[in-house]
Amino acid sequence: MTQATPRQHGPLYFAWRRFAANKAAVVSGLVLMILVLMAIFAPLLTKTNYDEQKFLTDAYAMPSSTYWFGVDDLGRDFFSRIVYGSRISLTIGFSSALFSVLIGIPLGAAAGYYGGAVDWAVMRLIELFSVVPSLLAAMLLGALTGGGFFTIVLVAALFGWVQVCLLVRAQVKAVREKEFIRAAQALGASPGYIIWRHLIPNSVSPIIVGFVLAIPLAMMLEASLSFLGIGVPPPLPSWGQMINVGMNFMYFYWHLAVFPTAALAITVLAITLFGDGLRDALDPTLKGR
Amino acid sequence: MMQTALELRNLSKTYHIRAGGGLFPAVNTLHAVRGVSLILPRNKILGLVGESGSGKSTTGLMALRLLEPTGGQILVGGADITGLDHKALKPFRRKMQVVFQDSYSALDPMMTLAQIVAEPLHIHGLGSAREQTDQALDWLVRVGLDRSYGSRYPHELSGGQRQRVAIARALILRPDVLVADEPTSALDVSVKAQIINLLQDLQAEMGLSILFISHDLSVVRSLTDSVAVMLAGRIVEQAPTEAIFADPQHIYTRSLLDAIPALNPKDRQRRSFISPAQIEAGTPRYSAAALGIPPSDVPGLVQVSPDHLVEAVVTP
Repeated sequence: MTQATPRQHGPLYFAWRRFAANKAAVVSGLVLMILVLMAIFAPLLTKTNYDEQKFLTDAYAMPSSTYWFGVDDLGRDFFSRIVYGSRISLTIGFSSALFSVLIGIPLGAAAGYYGGAVDWAVMRLIELFSVVPSLLAAMLLGALTGGGFFTIVLVAALFGWVQVCLLVRAQVKAVREKEFIRAAQALGASPGYIIWRHLIPNSVSPIIVGFVLAIPLAMMLEASLSFLGIGVPPPLPSWGQMINVGMNFMYFYWHLAVFPTAALAITVLAITLFGDGLRDALDPTLKGR
Repeated sequence: MMQTALELRNLSKTYHIRAGGGLFPAVNTLHAVRGVSLILPRNKILGLVGESGSGKSTTGLMALRLLEPTGGQILVGGADITGLDHKALKPFRRKMQVVFQDSYSALDPMMTLAQIVAEPLHIHGLGSAREQTDQALDWLVRVGLDRSYGSRYPHELSGGQRQRVAIARALILRPDVLVADEPTSALDVSVKAQIINLLQDLQAEMGLSILFISHDLSVVRSLTDSVAVMLAGRIVEQAPTEAIFADPQHIYTRSLLDAIPALNPKDRQRRSFISPAQIEAGTPRYSAAALGIPPSDVPGLVQVSPDHLVEAVVTP
């Protein structure tokens, strides 16, 4: 087996090539990468920790070369708070998306593969979650439990899995009609084997897309809850909570509202554009382009 | 007495189709297959022909237990597998394999060819991963591909090559019975001939019994030992291949034979659709006395000569 054959490429390679041709998606990917690196290396980038009130005498200072994003009302370096805020936002976004996928894949795969009563039950569950406004439910749950990091992750996953589940279900429904599924059944493969070896690998595209698009939803939910005061408790720096505080000073110290808003907007936009690019690249209808 | 590889007894499939919506939709009954009995002898090729929608593919899927029959029995090597559950069926799955028409959808696009061909061994837990891959690569060679194809993906192959891979996957478990569901219909003529030759060679080497489902009578003629003709879910004529082509009894069989394109333009004739009324009128008629059977015991298929069965109207 030492023949000189050209390198073989799987379907994902061609998806990558399509993705690389989409400029907006590549730029968003880079922005996202910078944001993630910023979150990881936050202590190296900032001069103080997020809760150190080192600059009380300079409180409300405007952005300058000393304080890049100014100083907030409690004398904390605002740039440090924004950078540390990306940790909260990204962690909540990614972990909620992860849990969404963990709930959505098995339910979607089961509904798509078995159909019938299983499908009916899953679809009714999905309807139940889609008719309840997630923000209201999150506020109720947040108020009951007092908010906090894990409550937000839980609530975001609880409402985020619906999208993943629908995507996986649709894909599994389409793939299970293919003859290679019949061939596997004729070979004596069990439903579990077929779902694990054939249906889920053939659903990577919707799973990746579902995962990425679940992130901004969770981030927005966190920001909304923190804005309303039942999210991440202070002094943890959450962009939503910073926007809430900054609103009070908006006409005098604009930087307190503008920077967290811009940070949230850029992050959510980057992830959404990145997700859209992924979806276009992985969409099987574009195959052979 | 010839050994039977696969036997279908009075197999039927009925669908209930709900027409319209609402709380109480009308339910229509569709008889896709009605009372099909077939015997596939060991080491032989049986052709199952008929137009689209005649129930031939449904019959094949039921024989493989990929579709649950509403009535009748399926026997593999003499053992009844009709009611068996997934676990009890698994040993019989090894004895019976399938090749489908659409080779593109028959191979998992996310797997390499080596993985695809080795999958049957994997499912049945035969040998180590290394042995499985090695055997799969040997089979790629056996169906006329190269070992280097093992790392390729299905989308890189032509239709004929993909069908070869599908055949390798079906035969790697050394089954007794192969159900070939229109394996050549999607291929062009030269590739079609290659696949037919491959099937013929492998059948002779392995002593396979093949249920060959097709609407292409020229292929059926060159490949099969006997032929069963299906119409609207039932078998209307069954005979050795030469007898079907030399002496068709049923009007529907004759119309199918007329539909084979003639090579000589002078032999060409206008063909027309035959209506159910024409079939009704053209069905052979026999009297029970002439056949030598008691009038109370009227069969569905009448034996007109040894091994030649035809659907007929029997008058007392």
